[in-house]
Amino acid sequence: MTEQEKILSEVTDSDYKFGFHSDIETETIPKGLSEEVVRIISAKKEEPEWLTEARLKAFRHWQTMKMPEWAHLTIPEIKYQDIIYYAAPKQGAKYESMDEVDPELLDTFNKLGIPLEEQKQLAGVAVDAVMDSVSVKTTFQDTLADKGIIFCSFSEAVKNHPDLVKKYMGSVVPYTDNFFAALNSAVFSDGSFCYIPNGVHCPMELSTYFRINAANTGQFERTLIVAENDSYVSYLEGCTAPMRDENQLHAAIVEIVAMENAEVKYSTVQNWYPGDKNGVGGIYNFVTKRGICKGDNSKISWTQVETGSAVTWKYPSCILRGNNSVGEFYSVAVTNNHQQADTGTKMIHIGKNTRSTIISKGISAGKSQNSYRGLVKVLKGAENARNYSQCDSLLLGDKCGAHTFPYLEVDNRSAIVEHEATTSKIGEDQIFYCNQRGIDTENAISLIVNGYAKEVLNKLPMEFAVEAQKLLAITLEGSVG
Amino acid sequence: MLEIKDLRVSIENKEILKGINLKVNAGEVHAIMGPNGSGKSTLASALAGRDYFDITHGKILYEGRDLTELSPEDRAREGIFLGFQYPVEIPGVSMVNFLRTAINSMREYRKQDPLPAGDFLKLMREKKKVVEIDSDLTNRSVNEGFSGGEKKKNEIFQMALLEPKLAILDETDSGLDIDALRIVSNGVNKLRSPENATIIITHYQRLLDYIIPDYVHVLYKGRIVKSGDKSLAKELEEHGYDWIKQEVDSEV
Repeated sequence: MTEQEKILSEVTDSDYKFGFHSDIETETIPKGLSEEVVRIISAKKEEPEWLTEARLKAFRHWQTMKMPEWAHLTIPEIKYQDIIYYAAPKQGAKYESMDEVDPELLDTFNKLGIPLEEQKQLAGVAVDAVMDSVSVKTTFQDTLADKGIIFCSFSEAVKNHPDLVKKYMGSVVPYTDNFFAALNSAVFSDGSFCYIPNGVHCPMELSTYFRINAANTGQFERTLIVAENDSYVSYLEGCTAPMRDENQLHAAIVEIVAMENAEVKYSTVQNWYPGDKNGVGGIYNFVTKRGICKGDNSKISWTQVETGSAVTWKYPSCILRGNNSVGEFYSVAVTNNHQQADTGTKMIHIGKNTRSTIISKGISAGKSQNSYRGLVKVLKGAENARNYSQCDSLLLGDKCGAHTFPYLEVDNRSAIVEHEATTSKIGEDQIFYCNQRGIDTENAISLIVNGYAKEVLNKLPMEFAVEAQKLLAITLEGSVG
Repeated sequence: MLEIKDLRVSIENKEILKGINLKVNAGEVHAIMGPNGSGKSTLASALAGRDYFDITHGKILYEGRDLTELSPEDRAREGIFLGFQYPVEIPGVSMVNFLRTAINSMREYRKQDPLPAGDFLKLMREKKKVVEIDSDLTNRSVNEGFSGGEKKKNEIFQMALLEPKLAILDETDSGLDIDALRIVSNGVNKLRSPENATIIITHYQRLLDYIIPDYVHVLYKGRIVKSGDKSLAKELEEHGYDWIKQEVDSEV
């Protein structure tokens, strides 16, 4: 078994057996946040002066800010001084926990009727594995480098490609953007960097796998993807964390820059630990994701399957600046037990003939609250802008909530903006109908929910779609009957 | 095959079935008729295992086993099929996926390997012919946007595919035009065999012109008040239910 396959098995693994904690020797710094801590992080990463200064600037700005309160979320006060801002597996402690390819994964593929030869193609995924504050392994770097593609950890990028980082970092999400963006800009630890040169069609899926392992730590990664003219890349992101009773903070930034005719597809399966059935523990997930379609005819497509985290606050957005540029957002957000999600997107139409599509499928179960929040903004100069939004909510049981907050701001008369929304319930009738055909309740829910979310799941790369389908079923286990 | 002994069923403390006795052997077709609200659908649902009923008294034996100890899915896997009066829509789930899941769940229960995709599609094609169902129907989501007639045909199609031992058809004729009625009845007749049994629940005698029952039972106020052969259905057609109602009500 190759190293890639091992890492991949971890990526596509699915049960929340992710609740385990790996016994890896970890180096941490004392808890709390101060200029001193920011300097320590920067020093640990041997960063150049300009970056240390950028961090400090962000930190000072953050101190003047308040946590946003507009989201439909109830969050206990987060004690920022109790969090550890840097944790790293000690040198040599590579991913020992990556064992065999999960037989369940192989089994799933067999069930799907996919021949093994195709399955081997799964190895055609390059992975950057991030554990706590550092990137532990990036695969296929050499293969990619042959094409001029840079795919490495953010820290490596700072060392080896400082000009690119300097040019693009913060160009889409400035540190002043919001409270969590400022926090991330001050203390971000690692993440992935990806650069696709002119005219290159990235031959494999690029993937980052985020894992929080250490206790009491926050995870603050940054991802930066730059796609030059006429290039293409598909990017995957997966995340998990151990089960712990205390809440843990995750505040990430993802920035995407798409130049002329470039296309970037960004897919996420977010499976951070959601807390237990009583709402104890779980990750607070505050993420700023934004892409800019800078060049004409460029395209950015976000697909997300959100099943984890106690709290999710996340709005992957597209700034459609280039003429004829296209933004897409496909989302399935599942909440169960006491989970809360406030997620959606922003589509900012600036260029002419820009188009955006929003398909959001919320699934609420247990006592959870699930909100869609989306902004479609058409600026004055955006002639012939076109948006279609569809926001569906599915409810399981009668103790959960589904909410939709669409904002439409249109300043150009030629724009066509559509919004559709539906709310439905998984009926006992549907489940009984399945039961009567020999399908047990668990599989019935999985079938019904996957049917409901099909439009979005179809957008995911194959190996992720399989994981996502199973995840949906697992997340909703025990939510009916 | 099926033996119902003094079955009493309540919903929220209201007794709907007040002591049903019925015996169904392999190879037989039984028709259960009765006016609205007599408890016909409750009987069908109780047999299939819907859980909002309380079985307060009596027994249901299926192939010698106490049926009430089985979950709805296990009853289905043991060969009990319910043709729904109101088939349920499941958006986004294709008929192919739905039926393949169903068949493989049943096969797993019987410790058989899953049916390979090719074999499954072949089986679907065969069974489609039995019920004269459009190819297009199986490419759509389960019952979604189906007409009333299509939904009922789809029930019979599923029955053909799942090959139950005991089929219970709950008002399968309601809402069918004469052509659909013929197709549905043909389907049922073709699937009749000495090994399986059918219980047809219906309002009208009409269906029984096409599917000739061995026995006819009249359900009224939660009891089987009259049983006979197919001529009983004819009698009901001519005289309505009133004479039975009068007979029963005068006894009380």
